[in-house]
Amino acid sequence: MSRDRVERAVFAVLRPVVVVCFLIATLLPFYYMLMLSLRPIEDLLRRPDSLFVDLGRLTLDTYVDVLRPVAEGGQGFLELLGNSAVVATASVLVALVIAVPGAYAVGRLEFFGRRHVSSLFLAVYLFPGIVLAIPLFVLLTRMQLRGSLVGLVLVYIAQTVPVAIYMLKNYFETIPVSVEEAGLVDGLSRVGVIRRISLPLAMPSVVATGIFVFMIAWNEFLFALLFLVERRDSWTVSLGLAQLSGSIEVPTTVLMAGSVVITLPVVLLFFLTEGLLSQGLTSGAEKG
Amino acid sequence: MARTLRQHDARTGLLLLTPTLVIVLAVVLVPLAWSVLIAFQRVRLIDVGRTGLFEKLTADNFARVFASDVLWNSLRTTVVYTAGSTFLAIALGLVAALAVRRPFPGRAFVRAAMLIPYVAPVVAVTFVWRVLLNPEFGIVNSWGRRLFGWDDPVAFLSQGRGEITLFGLDVPVPTALLTVIAFEGWRYFPFAFLFLLARLSALPGDLEEAATVDGATPTQRFRHIVLPQLMPVIAVLVVLRTIWTFNEFDDIFLLTGGAAGTEVVSVRVYELLTVQRNVGAAAAQSVLLAVVLVVLVGAYLWLLRRREGTRT
Repeated sequence: MSRDRVERAVFAVLRPVVVVCFLIATLLPFYYMLMLSLRPIEDLLRRPDSLFVDLGRLTLDTYVDVLRPVAEGGQGFLELLGNSAVVATASVLVALVIAVPGAYAVGRLEFFGRRHVSSLFLAVYLFPGIVLAIPLFVLLTRMQLRGSLVGLVLVYIAQTVPVAIYMLKNYFETIPVSVEEAGLVDGLSRVGVIRRISLPLAMPSVVATGIFVFMIAWNEFLFALLFLVERRDSWTVSLGLAQLSGSIEVPTTVLMAGSVVITLPVVLLFFLTEGLLSQGLTSGAEKG
Repeated sequence: MARTLRQHDARTGLLLLTPTLVIVLAVVLVPLAWSVLIAFQRVRLIDVGRTGLFEKLTADNFARVFASDVLWNSLRTTVVYTAGSTFLAIALGLVAALAVRRPFPGRAFVRAAMLIPYVAPVVAVTFVWRVLLNPEFGIVNSWGRRLFGWDDPVAFLSQGRGEITLFGLDVPVPTALLTVIAFEGWRYFPFAFLFLLARLSALPGDLEEAATVDGATPTQRFRHIVLPQLMPVIAVLVVLRTIWTFNEFDDIFLLTGGAAGTEVVSVRVYELLTVQRNVGAAAAQSVLLAVVLVVLVGAYLWLLRRREGTRT
């Protein structure tokens, strides 16, 4: 048999095997998370090696426990989910309001320093959060803004606007100039063109960018830890889960329910918009 | 007329960009500059309210940071961790991208599923890994004992140094550090996968077809046609992943808390800031981190350019 035939045969077998291995590796931890969240803790301790829920012992008490307010003996995740939702939504709205005009300017308008602006944003995007954390921590301590969600939202905006501009800019560049010129000829101002013509055309990209910002703000941990740790009532869910996962008093299965609760919104959003999102992020990569 | 429109556009452009510039300036650039300043001052968290902006400058913080063994240890750990994780994430991403390159039923689902580790909240995934690897009731250890006959449960995240027996030799391994690297590979391969797959799907097919006609085998085609065309994307991924992993805080902090030989520089900065409450030293350490990073990336870009120069 020739080398070519051997290789083809090997890869024909290997390819599906590799795909299945990757699927197991990526999905198993999430399945495990879900499975543990539906079992009572005693059941987990008795049969740690089981991969299946005993249907007779299936329980949703873990979810009740994790969501119930602290005052009623629960872990208060419902309130924390509210905090996260407020922080993430505010970050998305403000970031988009700032980034849409900015991206249009960088993508379409010729002005002094346009190129430098792009590399500045890239640098900001790449810059280590931990270096930034120290002065911001000191600053907020001084302004007595630590523990307030406003400070957190400001940081999230600053961290996401550069990448949002990058994603949106790529899309604005694909809109034919002639469409916009027609608007200008008809007497619209530049801002009018953006609002009436470019923005509606760029809507898919705006949505994808908004979701991306939402996921970053929802998942963020370091700044939430630094700014909010002393005030339990303003914790985000990520911070809440991290703080409680170290304690012995809260059963692991209850915290698994908490993990499912914080993971679900992000994964759902992601699955709904996966195509849009991947395209928005990698639109520079096809060119090589 | 055309000229005034252009001038007008230039003004509108700057105007539209102003909010972005203001927030980047206020929340990123100014604090950054201030961080460098703090690194040269004696600032403790207690007297943060009282210290003025122009406190006396001193190099004490740097002297302190350089003198401690902890710095060199954590720097070494950070480099090993960064190199290992970057390599693993990109290698896994490449294998995954090649495996799903050709259409097959369910490909869209597989593609989306492989991205989940990257989009899921870091706190949730680190927590699941901690439970999975738990020595008492984690499934990895209970299966390991049942299927592979492990004598004792392995404390993947709290054992600094373990030994595995290979061909009768006891080889020491930094268990926790390797586990953390494996986690990074798992969490970030989707990022490489996404970009490599996008590039793969955009490759023109004619070159590969011609090579097939000329009798090139699949590995030869990969080695001589596909891989060279992927190199630019891989190079970008290496730079991005190196930068991000080098500063990674969340993953290690949440998995091991920096214990068992996994104290990377960013976790150390956090400890200086919140446990020792020494703001000046924390700033000095973080500035150092940024400098090392800039040097690393600069060296890499320089190497890259030089290699390209010799090729053409």
